[in-house]
Amino acid sequence: MKKYFNYIALPALALGLVACEPEFENEIEDGTVYTNGEANFSSYVAVGNSLTAGFADGALYITGQENSYPNIMAQQFALAGGGEFTQPLVSDNLGGLTLGGTQIANNRFVLATDANGNPGPAVLSGTPTTEITNVVTGPFNNVGVPGAKSFHLVAPGYGNVAGVPTGQANPYFARFASEANATVMGDALAANPSFFSLWIGNNDILGFATSGGAGVDQTGNFDPTTYGPNDITDPNVFASVYSQEVGLLIGSGAQGALVNIPDVTSIPFFTTVPSQAIPLDAGTAATLNAAFAAYNTQVLPGLASFGIITAEEAAARQITFAEGANFITIQDEDLTDISAIVQGPPFNLDPITAGLLSQLRQTTNDDLVPLTTAGVLGTTDQDFLNLLVSLGIPAEQAALQAINGVSRPLQDQFILTSQEQELITAAQTQYNATIQALAQANDLAFVDARSALQVVANGGVSFNGGVLTSDFVTGGAFSLDGVHPTPRGYAFTANAIIDAINDQYGSTIPGVDIGSYATVAISNDVN
Amino acid sequence: MKKVLSVIVLLLVCAVTYAGGYRVSLQGQRGLAMGHTGVAYVNSAEIAFFNPGGLVHLESKLSISVGGFGVFSDVKYQNTQFGTSSQTDSPTGTPLYLYAAYKLSEKSSVALAVYTPYGSTVEYPTDWSGSHLVNSIELSAIFIQPIFSTKLTENVSFGGGPILAIGGVNFNRNLSRSLADTDGNRSNVEIDASGVNGYGFSVGAYAQFSDKWSFGVNYRSRIDIEVEPGDGVATFSNVPNSPLAPITNGDFDFTATLPLPAEWTVGVTYKPTDKWVLNADVNYAEWDIYNSLDLNFLNPDGSVALESINPRNYQNAWTLRLGAEYAVSDKFALRGGAYFDESPVQEGFFSPETPRNDSFGFTGGFSYNVTQKLAIDASFLYLAFREVDASYDAYTESGVEAPFAGTYRSSAFAPGLGLSYKL
Repeated sequence: MKKYFNYIALPALALGLVACEPEFENEIEDGTVYTNGEANFSSYVAVGNSLTAGFADGALYITGQENSYPNIMAQQFALAGGGEFTQPLVSDNLGGLTLGGTQIANNRFVLATDANGNPGPAVLSGTPTTEITNVVTGPFNNVGVPGAKSFHLVAPGYGNVAGVPTGQANPYFARFASEANATVMGDALAANPSFFSLWIGNNDILGFATSGGAGVDQTGNFDPTTYGPNDITDPNVFASVYSQEVGLLIGSGAQGALVNIPDVTSIPFFTTVPSQAIPLDAGTAATLNAAFAAYNTQVLPGLASFGIITAEEAAARQITFAEGANFITIQDEDLTDISAIVQGPPFNLDPITAGLLSQLRQTTNDDLVPLTTAGVLGTTDQDFLNLLVSLGIPAEQAALQAINGVSRPLQDQFILTSQEQELITAAQTQYNATIQALAQANDLAFVDARSALQVVANGGVSFNGGVLTSDFVTGGAFSLDGVHPTPRGYAFTANAIIDAINDQYGSTIPGVDIGSYATVAISNDVN
Repeated sequence: MKKVLSVIVLLLVCAVTYAGGYRVSLQGQRGLAMGHTGVAYVNSAEIAFFNPGGLVHLESKLSISVGGFGVFSDVKYQNTQFGTSSQTDSPTGTPLYLYAAYKLSEKSSVALAVYTPYGSTVEYPTDWSGSHLVNSIELSAIFIQPIFSTKLTENVSFGGGPILAIGGVNFNRNLSRSLADTDGNRSNVEIDASGVNGYGFSVGAYAQFSDKWSFGVNYRSRIDIEVEPGDGVATFSNVPNSPLAPITNGDFDFTATLPLPAEWTVGVTYKPTDKWVLNADVNYAEWDIYNSLDLNFLNPDGSVALESINPRNYQNAWTLRLGAEYAVSDKFALRGGAYFDESPVQEGFFSPETPRNDSFGFTGGFSYNVTQKLAIDASFLYLAFREVDASYDAYTESGVEAPFAGTYRSSAFAPGLGLSYKL
């Protein structure tokens, strides 16, 4: 009998232990399904700005960093020889920063409901724990620095914490710069990239855009140390530093991908608030029309007839209201300042009225209203109201004259006018030409993020489970700051970059299922 | 002899005996070793399960069979489009059985049968790519059945009895593909219920045509395991604090129905010589009752807080079974068998919770008579699944279908050990 047991039990036991694991014909985990082509993904380093860092919802927080496009890509690269990918993770999921214990950056936005159940962005409550003087030690594979412009990447001291309070240095880079005088590029090269991605330049126009064009177009000024934070970088300066950065990255023998600059004007920050945003009833519209009647029928034609403004400008400056949604009244710095002239004969207007009319017009469909302007529209300009009252105007009447966007025109920074958009587009077009030319000249993958984002903005992209669009909150692509992507938006971005890399290098890295990535986060734990 | 042994060892390579869905065909060592046949084969107290109608033909005054199995099953999933892959780390299942039959007279017998015909234990890594469908599931049902069996004529008998089914379920999944709290912890629900009762019956008929031929038919009724308020608890965790979330964190009552389908089995046994027994059984399981797994999570006032509809659309399924026994000596009997098990899962409804495609089962085993009264029974099952590209299309988010697709490969292996006693 013992013999039988030996015959049956032992082989069965042995086979049971070794032979019962199910096996696929082509196992992903065997590392044979995907190929790296001519690229070497063993050390992938991502260089860039907030988009590269995984910034979202107005802040940098851990889950956002985990869903950064470089981190998503690195997970996919790991299927074909990609190595570890380290990031300078912040300390929490709140996203705020402190410097010496004083908070210097807000927590992130979440989608909260108000007392009436209406959803809207609000700041997540909690005390942030990311102290920027607690420097984390690299080298890191993700050297995305929120806020960085093209020329910042090669600027020594950009991560010097001593320069943060004065705006000379960047708090995000200060957190992980290898030394006070380090450059972003230097720290990127310290990670020994075998493969890189470079996505920089967005902030060279974005600051100008989100400030409503409050900055200066520095085209023609080749000294970036003289630029303000909201200025447009000169395209030659951009070309020069960008070329230098590409040279540094490929100098170590690395291959990589260059990503171009999307149209900032297609992001929800500029597409959510309509330019026709002022609701009026019939009575108010009639009152306003009566108030502007003399301006429309006498002042403007008069100025045109004197040759002070063109007939075209006179037409553009007409102010009319109607029952329903109305265009916003604004101060457009590109219009002729008529305040002095209208105080003289034959108009003889008082200084306050003259100030109101100085560069007055209503928005058109070509103007873009920043998301942040929504909080100003229809509110009272308290300073102006106080001024009117101090001049002896009854408070009730003064209040009617101080309504932002209606009786009180919005200042320049609240609207991105079509002229300002043209400056942005001109610079962006030249930046992108530089990026594409350098990609071609150096046999690097070129990622047309601009076109990819246009598809999202114009009808959206279908995925397994829905359509990804640029609609604020509901579209899925953009986080609650209206500028940066959601995890799903970053996953879409990662796929676009992977596609370009596969095309360039003959690799077969798979994209990710973007439906598995989150959109905006909901929470009522808000301030 | 050696040839026979090597054939059996090959059959035993590594074994499992699942049937489609969450039916686990492991109800006796001797039956299992012969391809889980036995509706027409009176051999031991296992007949209480396979066909209560044949029970009265047991020759001994008292017959007892008891035993259990270890089920080692694994599922691998991968999706080459996205580079995702996962593998279950399922705990070992342990289906058990106990049959005790007592002969009242030449014409009638009584028995008690305790067995576990339904179960599923699948455990994926938490938050894997299909975690919105299942992280882990553990289903079990114990059937307790008193049986009476009587001879209508010398050669035709009939039997049956009521079944008390005691079910339990533990099921964990994420609420969606991406919902999480502000720390990134995925929103999750775990339902847990045990000791939930259902009632049914089984009846069988047996006919002995000659010394060589016998025939049997068995029917086991549908049993609904119905979870009612208070029977179990559903625990939601990591749900963001927001009225926009589908539900809040905490414990909820829930209702659900898990149907255990009715099953027909007909079979024939042929004994060409004294040493050989050949069995052929056909099962037909009425899986089409399993349309949808619907869960209602209830507020304390009894109103529905959240409804979860999970279409399954199972279809009725056949299992074709063959088995053979060879008496090597008075002390030793060898068995082997095979079956084809049709999956009840339809295309487009392939859920990772019961990743079953059509499969072939290979079985083997032996009995060794330690004494005249006591025998040791052993068996093996290996269930071979083909690699299959499949998807579950009925999952929706915001009303839009989001199919979960990929390639699956399952394997199952179940060695078993038991004792048979007769007096």
